[in-house]
Amino acid sequence: MPAVTLARSVLLEARRGGLPWLAAAALALGLALAAFLSQVALTESLTLQAALVAAVLRACAVFLIAAQVISSTLREIQDKGLELMLSLPLSRSTHYLGRLAGFVTCGLALAAAFAVPLLLWAAPGAVALWGLSLACECALVAAAALFFAMTLAQLVPAMAATIGLYLLARSIGAIQAIAAGPLAEDSLAGRLARHAVDAVGLLLPRLDGVTRTAWLLYEAPPAGAYLWSVAGLVLYTLLLIAAGLFDFHRRSV
Amino acid sequence: MKREQRPLAIVPAWVFILLGITLCAQIALQAARPSGAPAAADLPPPPGARALRLASFGEPEATARLAMLYLQSFDFAGADAIPYARLDYPRLIGWLRSILELDPRSQYPLFSAARIYAEVPDAARSRLALEFVYQEFLRDPNRRWPWLAHAALLAKHRLHDLPLARRYAQAIDRHTTAPGVPLWAKQMEIFILEDMNELEAAKIMLGGLLLSGTVRDPAELRLLKERLDELDARIRAGKR
Repeated sequence: MPAVTLARSVLLEARRGGLPWLAAAALALGLALAAFLSQVALTESLTLQAALVAAVLRACAVFLIAAQVISSTLREIQDKGLELMLSLPLSRSTHYLGRLAGFVTCGLALAAAFAVPLLLWAAPGAVALWGLSLACECALVAAAALFFAMTLAQLVPAMAATIGLYLLARSIGAIQAIAAGPLAEDSLAGRLARHAVDAVGLLLPRLDGVTRTAWLLYEAPPAGAYLWSVAGLVLYTLLLIAAGLFDFHRRSV
Repeated sequence: MKREQRPLAIVPAWVFILLGITLCAQIALQAARPSGAPAAADLPPPPGARALRLASFGEPEATARLAMLYLQSFDFAGADAIPYARLDYPRLIGWLRSILELDPRSQYPLFSAARIYAEVPDAARSRLALEFVYQEFLRDPNRRWPWLAHAALLAKHRLHDLPLARRYAQAIDRHTTAPGVPLWAKQMEIFILEDMNELEAAKIMLGGLLLSGTVRDPAELRLLKERLDELDARIRAGKR
């Protein structure tokens, strides 16, 4: 299948580009930081290690997958590889989805590699839920990075847009809470601002509710809430894929 | 940067359908979430000041203010409920303490404690907030006295706890040294003593204040002397 071949080429590029080494470095960084800080902790040294490793690895996974997708896509555009691929008897959808499948597989591999060390501190069930959530988060970031890289076709704007979307999605809950606070002005401008924040909230995934360190430290989330959160990630990934396909089909290459 | 685009008709129908369905589902999913301010029970345990400082990435002043905006959104319920009355106050005070430690010169946490959280119609919660103001006042009296003065007024008029009000007023008198602290704040204890019918003590304090020479304004001196005479008269009347 052409899509599988494309996905394999993406995985091969990631392996040869040193992504496994970067993942290993991120693992070493997280573990070393946790080991160092646990030496100076007065109490809860084990939970401190788990919390730090989980938070650092989550950030590293997101950054690595975004950087990998954007650099690979832009290199293909700038080297005219994209034009060559489009001259082949493949539909644009197959090309886009095949490459995305490769990037999503990279994200899944990163999530699995980063979840394994957490078994040192947390129960396997909690780690599995955390890892699955991280895998879905990485898939979402891969879809967003591919969309922005294809649309903006420049490194800095694509990276800024991807990281900006990610950070906004992680903080939109707190922003909405602040906007609904007691000192919010009841003027027209105040109401417009609140509605604007709510409108932005409708168009963003809620990343503040997924891949929670609390799942590892305290208790696993209720099944309903967990499925709801993961379904939100999957849905938003599909939305990004649809938007990316729409833009790619209209692209004049 | 303008990019040439192919016509819309070139986009396959299933991409249009997928885009429409996922966009509608995303909006519906997010709209189905409960909105508005978070409830009292949602208030998480307070972070330590060090954790907040780490999270501030070198911007403690901005982080302290953002954290206050975040904190004040909890339990600001609808019009039929009393705001903040169901909050876990020990937890809330932990937040206020961490935020104040992050930016000790900010008045926001003390303003909120004295003017918002201490004014809930729940004496136990109100006392916790007032005690927080008192403890933090002792760390920087010359800057934080206005909030303790307000706390003394609340203790007197709302809690009707004159010994507590006197304790706060006494602290202002004893611990503030800056020239900018007004005399009315330093004299609060005298008036509270009068309300407690501790006339002799009030007289001694007022006499001491007049003798200390800190009051120089003639009108204010005249007023305080009249007050001293009134106290004398009340004491004599009480002895008869």
